[in-house]
Amino acid sequence: MDFGRISRRHVLQGGAALTLGAAAGVRPAFAADTTIGFIYVGSRDDYGYNQAHAQGAAALKKIPGLKIVEEEKVPETDAVEKTIESMINLDGATLLFPTSFGYYNPHMIKMAAKYPKLRFEHCGGLWSDKDPKNAGSYFGYIDEAQYISGIVAGLTSKSGKLGFVAAKPIPQVLRNINAFALGAKSVNPKATTQVIFTGDWSMPVKEAEATNSLIDQGVDVLTCHVDGPKTMVENAARRGAFVCGYHTNQSALAPKAYLTGAEWNWEALYPKFVKMIAAGEGIPNFYRGGLKEEIVKVSAYGESVSAEAGKAADEAKAKFLSADGFAIFKGGLVDNKGKTVIAAGTDRGQKDPELEKMDYLVEGVIGATS
Amino acid sequence: MADGSIGLWTVPLAVLGGAIRVSTPFLFVSLGECITERSGRINLGLEGTLVMGAMSAYGISYLTGSPWLGVFAAGITGALLGALHAGICSLPRVNDVAVGIALMLFGTGLAFYLGKPLIEPTAPRLPAIDFGWWSDIPQLRAALRVNVLFLIGIALAPILYWAFRTTRWGLLIRTAGESSDAARAMGHSVLLIRLRATMVGGFLAGIGGSFLSLFYPGSWNEGLSSGQGITAVALVIFARWDPLLCLWASLAFGGAAALGPALQSVGVTSGYHLFNAAPYILTLAIMIITCSPKRTLTGAPAELSITR
Repeated sequence: MDFGRISRRHVLQGGAALTLGAAAGVRPAFAADTTIGFIYVGSRDDYGYNQAHAQGAAALKKIPGLKIVEEEKVPETDAVEKTIESMINLDGATLLFPTSFGYYNPHMIKMAAKYPKLRFEHCGGLWSDKDPKNAGSYFGYIDEAQYISGIVAGLTSKSGKLGFVAAKPIPQVLRNINAFALGAKSVNPKATTQVIFTGDWSMPVKEAEATNSLIDQGVDVLTCHVDGPKTMVENAARRGAFVCGYHTNQSALAPKAYLTGAEWNWEALYPKFVKMIAAGEGIPNFYRGGLKEEIVKVSAYGESVSAEAGKAADEAKAKFLSADGFAIFKGGLVDNKGKTVIAAGTDRGQKDPELEKMDYLVEGVIGATS
Repeated sequence: MADGSIGLWTVPLAVLGGAIRVSTPFLFVSLGECITERSGRINLGLEGTLVMGAMSAYGISYLTGSPWLGVFAAGITGALLGALHAGICSLPRVNDVAVGIALMLFGTGLAFYLGKPLIEPTAPRLPAIDFGWWSDIPQLRAALRVNVLFLIGIALAPILYWAFRTTRWGLLIRTAGESSDAARAMGHSVLLIRLRATMVGGFLAGIGGSFLSLFYPGSWNEGLSSGQGITAVALVIFARWDPLLCLWASLAFGGAAALGPALQSVGVTSGYHLFNAAPYILTLAIMIITCSPKRTLTGAPAELSITR
């Protein structure tokens, strides 16, 4: 008797039965739980942007009945479409969070059109009526926290020269730079903010070089908008400069140098989203908010923050939290080439979509967008 | 000047500082690869070795509190990865370039996996020697804070140059690289020579990695290397397998890395992507100028799989 052939046939039969079973019967098994997919552009332990989102995802893991699947280091190319497809078809995800700016158009839009019954929530995109109804974009007005950082920086700096290590000149980054500069100017009209673009989200050597170059120019308070602020924070602190953090709280890295920082608060927002869905009301397609809506927060002031600076920062915070809110970008705003970018008399409130298309640097910022 | 700024002087100073700060990993990896390639084998995996070295140095420094122990651990890790490369390549019909690419992915992947818990903690760093004590300009003093590894690297280049020319070991490595038949006829095992050369190369590359995580930029994260290992391997070809030229090329690449940010800081803001690409444009230009279809690259070991 030929054992080899019989066993091989049995294996084949068994395999076929398994495949049939998988095709026919497994899908309903997911119905009891909801699977949520998170996609990050970098490492989720970057002590920065992606980690802030991963902390939000971790907050969801604590809710019973939710299954979280995550994939990190997915480039902003059609690679993200493949990741979305596999999360939907292999993991059964019904709600997806592609968290990086470049995922939105065309990649996530395409996937949302292909899977109209599933929900897509993108961080940072600008949803409009033309986009699929099952897609949405949410973002936080972290420039409010940057404005407060700017106030603290402006009142702490001795030279009046502030530095900003930035990745790319996209609207969100420019808005942060401008808010930081305007915050500093509100307390010290002579304060300047010098910006250096490194060209990409994670370039530790360039970030360290930019930090050193800024300090060589006399800058004594720095902040940044890159994925992982650790390099900037540590290198600036070593040179004796002060820093304002970004994305998460980095005060443990340099307790003396860390003044304050602009932090995301996704741990508060993501469970809120899930509750909205569970209650049947759904997530608004265009969701925005700042300090008042608890989407962003300000780091606790460090030991080097003076009483005066703390008081000025608290006053600004109170304005953002007030019922009327506070407009950072007010009419009569001139960019650093001398062009009026917001005409006198028109205040651009935080929710104004025009601000999300920002392509200028305000007066007082040294640097250029290209 | 009164407000502590040094104006346009920032640019040459940043290039000098960059040459000192950024060049060390390039230097160690390229010197290591120089030894390996002179023995007739290419180890493209040094990017992975560099990242593994950075991670293990940071981890050991954090766990033991001694950065020098971290440097040593990085070297050992690098030597082991080198041994792995040489071991696989000593099997028949194995292509060293392909193994190198596999080890590059393996090394970076393993380092990212093991390095997850090391991203947030701060490990003790290597000390710096203050060579700017004579100056009262803080910017110059900052640029002249030099790490011992940089000095070791600078000393190593002429030592290797001398060793290749005049020592028995140098001759053996070159023989294995130029003609394995000749080495075998002399009664030496080519595989053993290449194993040792690859291990020493890996050791140096690992130490280069420890500089990244323990001195400058001075912390562990996954974007730390951003291709410096691969660039350094290319530098060896650029430097025509000559350790002294490796030194100059590394210094040039280090200085060039500082050029983009420094120019922006003094107000030259247009085309920063172009300035960031300066080192690569330089490499391409020199390659094109010095290449000829009529002969192999001057100085290339004859046994290398890319020249054979």
